[in-house]
Amino acid sequence: MEGSILQYDFIVKGLLGAVFASITAGLAGTYIVSKRMVFLSGGITHASFGGIGIGYFFGFNPVLGAAIFGILSALGVEYLSVRQKIREDSAIGILWAFGMATGIIFIFLTPGYSPNLMSYLFGSILTVTNADIIALGIMSLVLILYFGIFYRTILYISFDESFARTYSSYVNIFKYVTTALVALTIVLNIRMAGVVLVLSLLTIPPNIAMIFTRVYFKIIVWSVVAGFIGTAAGYVISYFAGIPVGATIIFTLVIIWVLVRLIFQMLKYIQKDKR
Amino acid sequence: MSYLLEMNSLSASYDNNVVLEDVNFTVSENDFIGVIGPNGGGKTTLLKVILGLIEPVNGKIIFNNDLINGNSIGYLPQISTGDANYPVTVTDVILSGMMIRKKIISRMSAVDKKKAHEIISELGLSGMENSSLTELSGGQLQRVFLGRAIIGNPKLLLLDEPGNFVDSTFENDFYEKLKELNNRMAILMVSHDIGMISAHVKSYACVNRKLHYHPSSEISNEQLLAYGCPIQLITHGEVPHTVLKSHS
Repeated sequence: MEGSILQYDFIVKGLLGAVFASITAGLAGTYIVSKRMVFLSGGITHASFGGIGIGYFFGFNPVLGAAIFGILSALGVEYLSVRQKIREDSAIGILWAFGMATGIIFIFLTPGYSPNLMSYLFGSILTVTNADIIALGIMSLVLILYFGIFYRTILYISFDESFARTYSSYVNIFKYVTTALVALTIVLNIRMAGVVLVLSLLTIPPNIAMIFTRVYFKIIVWSVVAGFIGTAAGYVISYFAGIPVGATIIFTLVIIWVLVRLIFQMLKYIQKDKR
Repeated sequence: MSYLLEMNSLSASYDNNVVLEDVNFTVSENDFIGVIGPNGGGKTTLLKVILGLIEPVNGKIIFNNDLINGNSIGYLPQISTGDANYPVTVTDVILSGMMIRKKIISRMSAVDKKKAHEIISELGLSGMENSSLTELSGGQLQRVFLGRAIIGNPKLLLLDEPGNFVDSTFENDFYEKLKELNNRMAILMVSHDIGMISAHVKSYACVNRKLHYHPSSEISNEQLLAYGCPIQLITHGEVPHTVLKSHS
């Protein structure tokens, strides 16, 4: 009886996790992939590990620490590259490594308790709490509303920032808010896929969608669909094969990406042949 | 004739270097001014001052009321500003020119969309409404960005180096289109050197820190059209030049 309740809990958590992860990653992912911000997002992800370490050391929620670190590093890169004239990719590289180093030092210094490092680095559904799922659910709602209301503004600003600047004085606000939301999305998904793998959760689905559509809205929709299939299939496979869930999800997504590419290349080839 | 904008002993700097000094300049309705001058001479800064992106350090710029109220300046930037690989459709790019009016929440009405379709067919892009930018040729891409600049029915159209990304097949078409647009709006066209520029240009402003204005009276259109082509080489006269005979 108790076993079946645990199992039920595991399935519900997994399913809701998959839905919310694919919605948040699909929306934020389409934005970062289109805007060529993948490296910046990698920097945000790894810098947030510093917050996880500090959270452990001082005994507050590590996800909260990660969120603060993630947002500060996103804004920090902007500050260093625009105001201090440090090359943007160098600034990202420095914050990337600084975050990882800070995280390791504080986790090492935490007395008497050795947290499961692997679960933060590579993700684990077993450590996902109900609070994590609720936070991801709220994040999904926030992103859907934000992109729904400001869809065109976000699209136009990220497509051609300098043109948008000639007509709108809200360009910077939108840039910062969207980047902060991307950082939060990444941090909330770290529990599922881990620091090392979470970025692929954002980048692979839009790249699957962009094989067959170049329309921004459709890329978002298909990213969510592809993300859900990959995440859900990854869960099932990892459960039965007894392998880490984050790695299985990413592995499944890459397989989908390769398959979709092959199918569309074959379709193109067949169409050419007919002519 | 009523002027659209007027600059009075205006100076402007870029990155703490003064690039425009003591500029006196007016743009009137139906003007078609070619802005020429060397790289770094201040041409783009001139456009940025008009767009309000750079505040003058000295002097002032006065806009006609028409220009202040709303959707009044159209802008075709250099190609490099928009990412041609970005997943965005022709219709979306043209509609983005309506941001002028909407500022924050840019929901598009049916009227806006109808207007976008009119512009698309006017520019000969019918059938490409939902194409992404990667599928377009250089000339088509330029017309899309021109569409974005004119969808708001501007009184003044600013073109920054339009010659940079047009393929020669479309060059004549493009300048013909500008001539047509000139009936409804004043045009200010920046070109990177004293060189190829359209004969449809009515007057010239040479910008190299200072601005020298050459009114239309200095150039006769009959003289230009005698070459049988609308694209001209403009020089100040003291530059030695050779005109080759036609091939035929």
